[in-house]
Amino acid sequence: MAKKYLEIRWHGRGGMGAKTGALLLGEAMMQQGKYIQAFPEYGPERRGAPVTAYNRIADEPIRIHYGIKSPDVIMVLDPTLLNTENVWKGVREDTVFIVNSGLEPSELKEKFNIKNNLFVVNATGISESIIGRNLPNTPMLGAFVKATGALPFDEFIKSVEERLRMKYKEDIVLKNLEAIKKAYEEVKEA
Amino acid sequence: MEKDKFIKMALTGNEAYAYAMKQINPDVVAAYPITPATEIVQIFSKYVADGLVDTEFVPVESEHSAMSACVGASVAGARVMTGTASQGLALMHEILYIAAGLRLPIVMAVVNRALSAPINIHGDQSDTMGSRDAGWIQIYTENADEAYHSVIMAIKIAESVNLPAMVMLDGFIISHEMEVVNTLPDEEVKKFIGERKPLYNLFDFQNPITVGPLDLQDYYFEHKRQQMEAMFNAKKVIPEITKEYNDTFGTNIPAFVEPYKLEDAEYAIVAMSSAAGTMKEIIDEWRSKGEKVGLLRLRITRPFPYEEIRKYLAGIKAVGIMDRAETHSTMGGPMLQEIKAALYDLANRPRITGFVFGLGGRDFDDEQANTILTMVKEMKDGKELPLYSFIGVRE
Repeated sequence: MAKKYLEIRWHGRGGMGAKTGALLLGEAMMQQGKYIQAFPEYGPERRGAPVTAYNRIADEPIRIHYGIKSPDVIMVLDPTLLNTENVWKGVREDTVFIVNSGLEPSELKEKFNIKNNLFVVNATGISESIIGRNLPNTPMLGAFVKATGALPFDEFIKSVEERLRMKYKEDIVLKNLEAIKKAYEEVKEA
Repeated sequence: MEKDKFIKMALTGNEAYAYAMKQINPDVVAAYPITPATEIVQIFSKYVADGLVDTEFVPVESEHSAMSACVGASVAGARVMTGTASQGLALMHEILYIAAGLRLPIVMAVVNRALSAPINIHGDQSDTMGSRDAGWIQIYTENADEAYHSVIMAIKIAESVNLPAMVMLDGFIISHEMEVVNTLPDEEVKKFIGERKPLYNLFDFQNPITVGPLDLQDYYFEHKRQQMEAMFNAKKVIPEITKEYNDTFGTNIPAFVEPYKLEDAEYAIVAMSSAAGTMKEIIDEWRSKGEKVGLLRLRITRPFPYEEIRKYLAGIKAVGIMDRAETHSTMGGPMLQEIKAALYDLANRPRITGFVFGLGGRDFDDEQANTILTMVKEMKDGKELPLYSFIGVRE
């Protein structure tokens, strides 16, 4: 059966914003006329503990309600998680990895023995220099848009801006947008 | 309303509930937060603080008090709403019967969650299945969009028959999942639900009434008989109001049950809530392989859709009934037993087996759906199955 859904799995640690990243992406894709799901996997909520979140994106209403087992795209907010089994669950040959790391794509490929299509962006470095702390989720979205071409970048920025404005102050919004743009420009394909 | 007037919003189930409550703008909300329904109370109290609703918000110290405050406000003629889950609903249990017995059209947004012990915050339907005889209308929704529309409809249904109504969605699976919700403009919601017109009002001093006095052998039975009459009336009113809603807004929400590919089905599944969505998708896969299988989604369980269940399941060879709750009777889940009772005197009743699945939020996935379909197909072909089976559990 042809794949009806684009399925994305986020891996981060508590406090990195994996869930918020999934929600922002979901909302942006809805504004593209898509049907979406964005949901975190809930366990004990602790800062630093591994967190998983999911997106499904489709052209028709999504009826299934269970965790994503074999994702099309894996978003890794903390590269040390590449050492954990969960990140590798259900990975297919054509699964795309987008990883937050300061390493060069070739170094990262070798270090974690990644055979898949890999995109790397220093989301931590970008967020620390622009936002002032390690919040890799929004820059990772910039990398996602570049890597997948799932939606036009300017429309994506507009949608994220709207959503962030509902919750955050002006300078936080602008800094996040700047971080997204920088990540969009800097993401490298291995 | 034109169909394209929907305002598409990306909302979690809890956000959809809270947003519907904002548009309903009830006179009183008394509530106590509990996972996974906390956000309903949290978001709604923010609407109150921001002056976006006219609601008197009563932050109480427990769910027992929450429902008690709801009862008091409703007796005074107010339109009253609340929200809860799991242990919170269990703590309300005593007052649920009082709300129903006093014929108060309180509407409650419930997020289904397992009951302790062992302690668990995730989605199953043990909580509301435990209150199914409390006299409330019970509406189980499949996703955030349906939950949103169902809460609005529930106001009109409850106030039409003077009975309280609870609307359910699955804890975490829907309450914390963002989906596309087709919302209505504020004024359309306002127009549809109108004003509450209570039959009696405690504050109408020209026509004083007494509420809740002792009612012994002389009249208690008559009052209970009248309460039952209201539930019989709900059976007539629910399809009418659902049709009015669908006709007005262009939605397509079923009333009591949703038949799915049952016309030529040789075997079928009965499922509720989010699991029904997953099951529909897997049934499509089986259909594409030529299997004559369908689904009946049970949406309203109180009043129980006895006639609809008989209509749709008569003549089907084998039916598997899914329960995300136990009765601890050793006779299977609550819906297995009630559906069996509904079909008992039907000449061409199907062979039936039950499935208890997903307790404590155990993910109900395609694999489990396929297992259930395989078992029901085997029963259709003559295999003997047990009274009911546990799906997706380590034995």
